[in-house]
Amino acid sequence: MSEYREVCLSGTGVTKVFGIGSKKTVAVNNVDFKFYSGELISIVGESGSGKTTLIKMLLGLTSVTSGEIFFMGEKRDISSHKKKKEYWRGIQAIFQDPYSSYNIFSKIDSVLLDCIKMRGGRGLPYEKKVDMMREACSFVNLKFDEMTNKYPFELSGGQMQRLMIARIFLLKPKILLADEPTSMIDACSRATILEMLLKLRDETGMMIIFITHDMGLAYYVSDSVYIMEKGKFVEYGSANEVVLTPKAEYTKQLLNDVPKIHDPWEFSRNKKFRKEITV
Amino acid sequence: MKNQIKQLLKSGKFMVGFIVFMSILLFITIYPFFVPGNPLQMIGYNSFIPPGTYLSLYDAVNPNVFVYTLRIPGAAEARIVNTLPMSDREAMRDWLVRAGMPEAAIDIYDPETLLALWNANYDPDERIEGMILADHRAYQRLNNRIQGMFDASALRLYSADPETGEPQFQAPITDTDYIALSDIVNIRRLPLGTDNFGRDMLKQLVQAIGVSLRIGLIAGSIATAIGLLLGLVAGYVGGWVDEIIMFICNLLTVIPGFVLLVLLAFSIGPAGRSVTIVGIVIGLTTWVWTTRAVRSQVLSLRNRDHVNLSKLSGHSLPRIVFKDILPYIASYVVMAFILQVSGAILAEAGLSMLGLGPSTTEVATLGLMMNWAMSFSAHIMGAWWAYFPVVFVIALISFSLNLMNTGMDQIFNPQLRD
Ligand SMILES: Nc1ncnc2c1ncn2[C@@H]1O[C@H](COP(=O)(O)OP(=O)(O)O)[C@@H](O)[C@H]1O
Ligand SMILES: [Mg+2]
Repeated sequence: MSEYREVCLSGTGVTKVFGIGSKKTVAVNNVDFKFYSGELISIVGESGSGKTTLIKMLLGLTSVTSGEIFFMGEKRDISSHKKKKEYWRGIQAIFQDPYSSYNIFSKIDSVLLDCIKMRGGRGLPYEKKVDMMREACSFVNLKFDEMTNKYPFELSGGQMQRLMIARIFLLKPKILLADEPTSMIDACSRATILEMLLKLRDETGMMIIFITHDMGLAYYVSDSVYIMEKGKFVEYGSANEVVLTPKAEYTKQLLNDVPKIHDPWEFSRNKKFRKEITV
Repeated sequence: MKNQIKQLLKSGKFMVGFIVFMSILLFITIYPFFVPGNPLQMIGYNSFIPPGTYLSLYDAVNPNVFVYTLRIPGAAEARIVNTLPMSDREAMRDWLVRAGMPEAAIDIYDPETLLALWNANYDPDERIEGMILADHRAYQRLNNRIQGMFDASALRLYSADPETGEPQFQAPITDTDYIALSDIVNIRRLPLGTDNFGRDMLKQLVQAIGVSLRIGLIAGSIATAIGLLLGLVAGYVGGWVDEIIMFICNLLTVIPGFVLLVLLAFSIGPAGRSVTIVGIVIGLTTWVWTTRAVRSQVLSLRNRDHVNLSKLSGHSLPRIVFKDILPYIASYVVMAFILQVSGAILAEAGLSMLGLGPSTTEVATLGLMMNWAMSFSAHIMGAWWAYFPVVFVIALISFSLNLMNTGMDQIFNPQLRD
């Protein structure tokens, strides 16, 4: 079914080992994956299963102990600062904790201005930059005039995370890695954030890897689901396959952990902004 | 940032430390304008002149100074009281006790009443029972001496005739002659007396505070600069660079800093130990704990997501270090610097006490002043003014700097923890 789509990020035998000797932790253990353009993938696993470590490796923020990562069909080369910068034009991230994602000494504007610069807008007149920032803010339902000249600690966690999405909106990378972007914020903001991520995917066609420990969320948003247990992918497939006909023991266990106040599957499958991938 | 500075101004501890420290600075800046001159000039020919105001006797008896006549009641008694030696007072007490007076009624530290008692009770012809003749005579002589003090016959002032060399009578000086202090030009206040070389202690102290602060500043800047740089590199770069730096740190921790300092100062030799060199040497032996502190801060910061995001935004390493790491540890570094300055001042004092301080005769340092006081046995001579003010000032500087540090710690640390 995926023959037509281009593979945009893949890896073979990707492994990450922390420490040496008796303190050795294998955080990611020999994983293979193939992610296609425009897809929304969830990686699900409980805390400590190595999700964040995998993300950091994909981003090139931590070294890979062994294995290869391919970006747009070619072996990834991030050996110099220049090459890394080029790589990061194509791949970006939103992190788990909005409160630690900002430099508390810099005003919010600088975060957005950095994005414009990175997209080659360094020489633009200031009014043009403001227009771009205003557009990005309104994309995430924030008012730029209320945001400008503020320090990050003057915002709520939800606002901070939305601004992170505005940042991605400005950068328009091919791939977005979202590491549990909703786990540290209140439930009301959570739905908004998810909605915005989906809108971002729909408008720009970027590939999103959505990390979560919540099976329900994964099923709700994604096309494919990867299940991670102790650094390994124990199961993967389309969201329907994995959730409705789980094979691995661990997947079943994760499914059992989903709260069953209402029937979450029926509920979430009908969301209006869920778009089926048509080939 | 602004907010924290406001909080600092409200912090009692910080403000007390700050005001004390600033007052010291202000004092040492303006004092030399009021009392100019070289602080190390030997003005006294006696050692350890006590604190006081000294006026020129020569100027006072100058015939050109206008003499006023004042009859002040009690002046004679006051004069005697001031000059009556302790041994005489004890002898007077003994006689009075033997004459039947209760000992509790006599206070030899109150010479005025003692004198009154003596004049009322002593009779030179009365022979106390059991007193040997020699003692009887001795008391008669003592009484004569005391009565002689009341006899204020005029002193006579002579000067040599410029031609013949014959003494020429100038003027009598009687006990009612007074001159105005303002008529005497040469008055010298020595608020802290002099040291063994006859040098004005307060002037010396003012200079020594300045020099010691300079040593502290040099040492503190060097230690903080090295500590900050190595800590940043070790923490941020990591890997084998980190391991080498930490190895050196561990090595230096095993050898106590002060021992290293003593060895270094000794091996430089007296010829090379200028104020600046001593400052540098102290700085070179105390950077280890700044390095450790900065490194551990950087280690926790570099995994913070804002640093990761800054990398993802394509920022260069120097920019990340200066904009995303340094501001977070800036307050910490300032605090470390303050402690380094205070530590260096103490280290200089310790070093100088061992005779390994700056070998200079041009300037004083707090440590050198302690060293001089010690080697000339000021404590045995009872010359408290030669060492106590120095100790007090060292304590005061150290106290004010540490207080500032504690105040800052309370305000900045909660921020660092989150
Ligand atoms: N910097 C590190 N040094 C040592 N061990 C680490 C480090 N980062 C993560 N780990 C370990 O790797 C494992 C996976 O962690 P992580 O990727 O954060 O999991 P998740 O994001 O799924 O909760 C954990 O056991 C964790 O202790
Ligand atoms: Mg994680």
